[in-house]
Amino acid sequence: MSTGFVGDLTIFVLALLVGFEVISKVPATLHTPLMSGANSIHGVVLVGVIILSGFVSGPLGYVLTFLAAAFAAANVVGGYVVTDRMLQMFKKRPVPVKAAPPHAGVEPGDDR
Amino acid sequence: MTLDDGVRVASLIGASAFVLGLHLMNSPATARRGNQLSAAGMTLAVVAVLVQVGHGGTMSATRWLVLLCGALLGAAAGLYSARAVAMTSMPQLVSLFNAVGGGAAALIAVADYQHHPQVSSGTGIASVLDVLIGCVTFSGSLIAAAKLQGYWSQPVSFPGSRLMSSVLALAAVAAGVWVIAGADNAWVLLIVALAATGLGIGMVLPIGGADMPVVISLLNAFTGTAVAMAGFVLSNATLTIAGALVGASGGILTKLMADAMNRSVVSIIAGGFGTGAVGLAAAP
Repeated sequence: MSTGFVGDLTIFVLALLVGFEVISKVPATLHTPLMSGANSIHGVVLVGVIILSGFVSGPLGYVLTFLAAAFAAANVVGGYVVTDRMLQMFKKRPVPVKAAPPHAGVEPGDDR
Repeated sequence: MTLDDGVRVASLIGASAFVLGLHLMNSPATARRGNQLSAAGMTLAVVAVLVQVGHGGTMSATRWLVLLCGALLGAAAGLYSARAVAMTSMPQLVSLFNAVGGGAAALIAVADYQHHPQVSSGTGIASVLDVLIGCVTFSGSLIAAAKLQGYWSQPVSFPGSRLMSSVLALAAVAAGVWVIAGADNAWVLLIVALAATGLGIGMVLPIGGADMPVVISLLNAFTGTAVAMAGFVLSNATLTIAGALVGASGGILTKLMADAMNRSVVSIIAGGFGTGAVGLAAAP
């Protein structure tokens, strides 16, 4: 998947600009889940490790690949699962609000 | 359509899923769906590249064994810890995942370099930056996780820590320039890695526990950038796109988090140097 250095640089800069735009006004409660979500996306480094494993050789190369594979897989699998758990916790919030609705006008569970 | 084209299309869909997923995570109602979309994109990208290397004919039994054993072990550890962790300990777990992500990005550059140490200057710069940023995040995130866990929540600083950081930074830059100039020797890149590991520790240790969420978010953005650099090293667009995406959005998020705490990112990072001694003096 070689595109040359300038091609890679073009993609890099455009993706940076997308990254700057993709986050807008995030409510503070979502800061940690969003950070965790972004953390799992950089688990894509696993794709790099798979490509790497196709050409390494020698004991040192294998040890490095093994370590990198373990690290990247932990990042990607753990990252998505923990983010999902955080957001699940988030979803449960409106339930206690609905269970106790004496102040019908006030809606603390901001469910936009 | 050749297999390579198919893999490229799958990677494109995966990268789009990352962007859309991250965007959906801006609002509570769609956040969970966004994360699931991003996970689906990740699965697609990983399966596509597995098929690609499988068909490439370069995978020997040993290579499959090394890759799959490592990945399964890591996946099991990640899955277990993500399921078992208490809700209150999630931020430090995210920091740990961030650490290993940065470590993996650095290892890619090291393994690639020790495989063929004669690099073009473009790849050389990317390798050095990958190792530098990846190792800073690796050690920095480990320290941040330990601080959140409450091992040392006070800022830690010792006499000469600033001098040590300067020496390490100088060593990393000097060795990095040597690699880019064509050192042709894997040990030189290892100096960059060791110096950067020390720098990461020196960067996070003086910062107080209360500022850790912002620091973790910043290190998260660093890892994204390191992954993008790994994309340059391997000439892989998927890594470059996803890494740059996380690098930029993580940077914005870091600023948002610091603003929410009425702090500035610069004062948190630099403040560690100023307030560290005071914090330590007040602590005992």
